[in-house]
Amino acid sequence: MPQDTSDLSVADLRTSASRRAWSAGARWAFALAALATVLVSALIIWTVASGAWTFISQVAWGNLTEIGWFPRRGLFDLSTLLVNSAQISIIAMLVAVPSGFGAAIYLSEYAHPKVRKVMKPTLELLASVPSVVLGVFAISFITPSILTNFFDDINFFNKLAAGIAVGLLVIPLIASIAEDALRAVPVALREASSGLGARKVTTSIRVVLPAAMSGLMAAIIVGFSRAIGETMVVTIASGGGDTSLFNLALTESGGTITSAMAALGLGTDQVAGNNLAFQSLYFLGALLFAITLVLNMLGDVIVRRLQNKY
Amino acid sequence: MNPEKALMTDESEAPEILAPSEPHTQTRIDVSAVAAMAGQRADTETVFECGDINVYYGDFLALRDVTLDIAAHEVTAFIGPSGCGKTTFLRCFNRMNDLIEGARVDGTIHYHGVNLYQDEVDPVEVRRRVGMVFQKPNPFPKSIYDNIAYGPRLAGVKRSALDDVVEGSLTRAALWDEVKDRLKMSAYGLSGGQQQRLCIARAIAVQPDVVLMDEPCSALDPIATGRIEELIAELKTEYTIIIVTHNMQQAARISDMTAFFSVQANEMGHRTGELVEYAPTSLIFTNPDDPRTEAYITGRVG
Repeated sequence: MPQDTSDLSVADLRTSASRRAWSAGARWAFALAALATVLVSALIIWTVASGAWTFISQVAWGNLTEIGWFPRRGLFDLSTLLVNSAQISIIAMLVAVPSGFGAAIYLSEYAHPKVRKVMKPTLELLASVPSVVLGVFAISFITPSILTNFFDDINFFNKLAAGIAVGLLVIPLIASIAEDALRAVPVALREASSGLGARKVTTSIRVVLPAAMSGLMAAIIVGFSRAIGETMVVTIASGGGDTSLFNLALTESGGTITSAMAALGLGTDQVAGNNLAFQSLYFLGALLFAITLVLNMLGDVIVRRLQNKY
Repeated sequence: MNPEKALMTDESEAPEILAPSEPHTQTRIDVSAVAAMAGQRADTETVFECGDINVYYGDFLALRDVTLDIAAHEVTAFIGPSGCGKTTFLRCFNRMNDLIEGARVDGTIHYHGVNLYQDEVDPVEVRRRVGMVFQKPNPFPKSIYDNIAYGPRLAGVKRSALDDVVEGSLTRAALWDEVKDRLKMSAYGLSGGQQQRLCIARAIAVQPDVVLMDEPCSALDPIATGRIEELIAELKTEYTIIIVTHNMQQAARISDMTAFFSVQANEMGHRTGELVEYAPTSLIFTNPDDPRTEAYITGRVG
């Protein structure tokens, strides 16, 4: 039965006061939640930046280039940590990029849909292995069972094993992003190539890979910033101690930016209150933050420059 | 005529048109005999002989029992309503259907006497001889030069000879004058019509024997379409061309032979395409044999 609208008034169409209050309240609650994340980020940056400033303004500059990283002795050689971080990240990328891209090409170009359906989640499962497990894997398997066969005098803790383990950690990340990029290449381009008498491998390498270049660069950059920020694997497998002597040998142990921060953050009383050791934690944090920020911006620029509109 | 109107006519008249009056028996049509009947050249060499081609996508029969011959140095047009299997059939000639998961081709296509669907035949070798131009222009995200040079490089053409191949192909595709000063620039900078001519140039750069064209003008404006049609008329002196088109005027303008395909729905609602009529273009547009062809070309259906 139709409603009776003969004596409709504004009051009938008005929202009740409680409902209006509820709507406004919900809006504020959501805004607050959004604001909180911004505030927390700002707070982190502030804490890190002010700690880093304390360190920079008080440290003796000469001590930033002395023999190694010995925070309790006031020796903060940055090159030690930077070189170790770079070495381990590069080893990780040497492991992760070829196998990640290879897996991506297989999944996107060759694998039967049924195979792909099983294989892709399996690959992504590797990403859910906790990094602490991979760290243990490095010292319990990679070094003793593999690397000792090639290097007689390899240290139990070493950068090579740490780099390989970080690489394993990054493979699924790179493979997943790369696979998405490859699959985004239109079928029309593959057909054009096949129609000219190209074999599948030629089409994959000469047409699909270049067409997906921006996505592949993104995969490399995301992978690299993940590798350089990885902490637990490195701390366990290479840089467990809170001190580190400058060396370039991959078979030796060495602390990275992240493992040095982990060691400092454990906050033994030797560290707390002892000269600038604790403040160096903030400085390293700011440094890491700056490195990953620059990497991401660089990645953005490269991706945009290479972007194809197919 | 207005396409929406055409669609509506299709719906209202389709049952009558599509109802099979009697089982349609397909006999091999001898190209030269029919061509002679039409008072055209009779001395044509046969490039493809298709025998009882059936194409399946999984369990679903997309195209039923097609038997016809394609003559050399002619333009053969495939026309018919959407879903009639004309593109599916076109893709049989260079085994492009192999790339589609679950697609299966039964029957034989003899190419200069060799059955393309026997085990020893490598589809890649077939595609080097039977090139293809697609519905939407699909240049590679590379420079104009590299687009053309792609196929010749695969075929092992020497670097020193590439410049000539690129210039020759672009010239034959009537694109050289427009792009000669920007060969190193991205092919995406070209207009749609230029891109399609680039794709034609790319296809002929490998010096194929046959060029398959799958609705090459459907994404282009009338002016660009006109240029492609002129191009096709010139190319047929060197190549055998098979073209799928939705545009009947186009088929009438450019083709020597026309094959009309139609679609029949079974009781399950599966639509299967079949060849209705294959004849010289001048005949099919003036005096079609089959009432379904007549209904389609006069615009009463489709």
